[in-house]
Amino acid sequence: MKYMLMMNTPGGGPYQVARWPEQDLKAHIAFMKNFAQKLGQSGELVAAEGLAGPDQAKRVRAGKDGKPITDGVFPESKEFLAGFWIVDVDSPERAYEIAAQASAAPGPGGVPLNLEIEVRQVMSAPPVDVP
Amino acid sequence: MLPSLDPRTQHLLRELAPRVLGVVMRRFRDFPAAEDAVQEALIAAAAQWVRDGVPENPRAWLIHVASRRITDHVRAEAARRHREELVVSLVPPEDQIALAADEAGFAERDDTLDLLFMCCHPVLSPSSAIALTLRAVGGLTTFEIAKAFLVPEATMAQRISRAKQSIKASGVPFQAPTAEERAERLGSVMHVLYLIFSEGYTATSGPELQRSDLSGEALRLTRMLHRLVPDDCEVAGLLALMLLTDARRVARTGPSGELIPLDQQDRSLWDRSEIDEGVALLTATLPKGNVGPYQLQAAIAAVHDEAASTEETDWPQILGLYSLLQRMSDNPMVTLNHAIATAMVQGPAAGLELLDALDKDPRMDGHHRLDAVRAHLLERAGDREGAIEHYQRAAARTTSVSERNYLLTHAARLRETPK
Repeated sequence: MKYMLMMNTPGGGPYQVARWPEQDLKAHIAFMKNFAQKLGQSGELVAAEGLAGPDQAKRVRAGKDGKPITDGVFPESKEFLAGFWIVDVDSPERAYEIAAQASAAPGPGGVPLNLEIEVRQVMSAPPVDVP
Repeated sequence: MLPSLDPRTQHLLRELAPRVLGVVMRRFRDFPAAEDAVQEALIAAAAQWVRDGVPENPRAWLIHVASRRITDHVRAEAARRHREELVVSLVPPEDQIALAADEAGFAERDDTLDLLFMCCHPVLSPSSAIALTLRAVGGLTTFEIAKAFLVPEATMAQRISRAKQSIKASGVPFQAPTAEERAERLGSVMHVLYLIFSEGYTATSGPELQRSDLSGEALRLTRMLHRLVPDDCEVAGLLALMLLTDARRVARTGPSGELIPLDQQDRSLWDRSEIDEGVALLTATLPKGNVGPYQLQAAIAAVHDEAASTEETDWPQILGLYSLLQRMSDNPMVTLNHAIATAMVQGPAAGLELLDALDKDPRMDGHHRLDAVRAHLLERAGDREGAIEHYQRAAARTTSVSERNYLLTHAARLRETPK
């Protein structure tokens, strides 16, 4: 079954990587790379992407004429989606385990960030085989 | 898998691949190396057979080429360390010549079966076992398997290579299992084949063709297993179950992929020949005794398939079969179906009463099917509000798009029906 793991980070909080010291930043990037690599090697990774910051984001909706109307950027966002993984795993427990590992990515000073990761099952998986 | 070949030759290669792999495996006892060698032999066949035609004994041809490749490989590897003399002792001279063309019969039987047992070994996770089985026994390419499971090819390749590693690490020997081991492992083999079938049958996303390929492959492998162990009643039961279920495939979804429940299906679309084959198989098997869960489920499917409509279905017989099944396995899904059959025979109130027991079962916690069944029974009992609530709850909990759409539509229709 497939799960989407969404990494939500508080705006202005500890995940403002741009302000981290180089060494911590490097450790964080190395962790994330290694994490994706391990998921790939276990045959569980379907896709993983990081998203550009919220100061690049626009909200779009169709106007009366069907053309897009964009709404400003939201640097004041309380929380935003920073990236996601899609994994294909044997059980929901395994998806939670992977999410916990991602959550423990090192932050400033090498301290685990313990960011909140939202885990959602991807629709259209066949019904779970109940034992 | 080999696009330059005509479909008949491709089919032949797919049939032969596991048998050839089995022989090479038995001789060299190295799964990854044997698999590589057989793949190379298949590629060589694709090139040469197009040019020169299919050889008289294609199986012997493939075994010969694969054995030569693996011998070459072993020799090259070993030469780096020990020089030639060691290599010679690795492969006895009598094995270095091509196999006699008629070396079929019992040895081949066991080889393919052992290969299937190895790929469906309990040390592997279900998804790894499925991938490895489709690759080694089914002869599907990694690309084809990845496409069927809607994951990137690299992901599937890693899964297969890790499965091979864990087999190597676990030291699962490639040898004929004892009768006891065989009985024990046959359960895992049947389970994996049934998972492959279900994946193809219940899948609701992706181009439909890919997925029916998957259930078709499960059917083919189960047919093969049945040929290998014709006296095993449960294998016959599993094959019958797949046939009797697959027979309803076309009627099961509407033009835009929406789910059509059993009672609303156009039964003229059901595949008569699959039903006949499944029923015949079951009729021959059931009297032998040793009735197990697959045979019982097949029997239930047969009762459904032979009825002209829901009303004319022999529900008392289905109820009886579910009671037997329930005594055999502690599975909440069986209890759920038992409740449906009870409702059909004794009325919705009796069915609803049985559902209450499932509320406390942690295995059913939050499972959409319990809500869906309760909604159906409440609707039949005349509790419209309760039915709407449970249809909506089931819709929120299912992970299948077409099932969700079906449940939402049903709830909406009930809401809009004048009281």
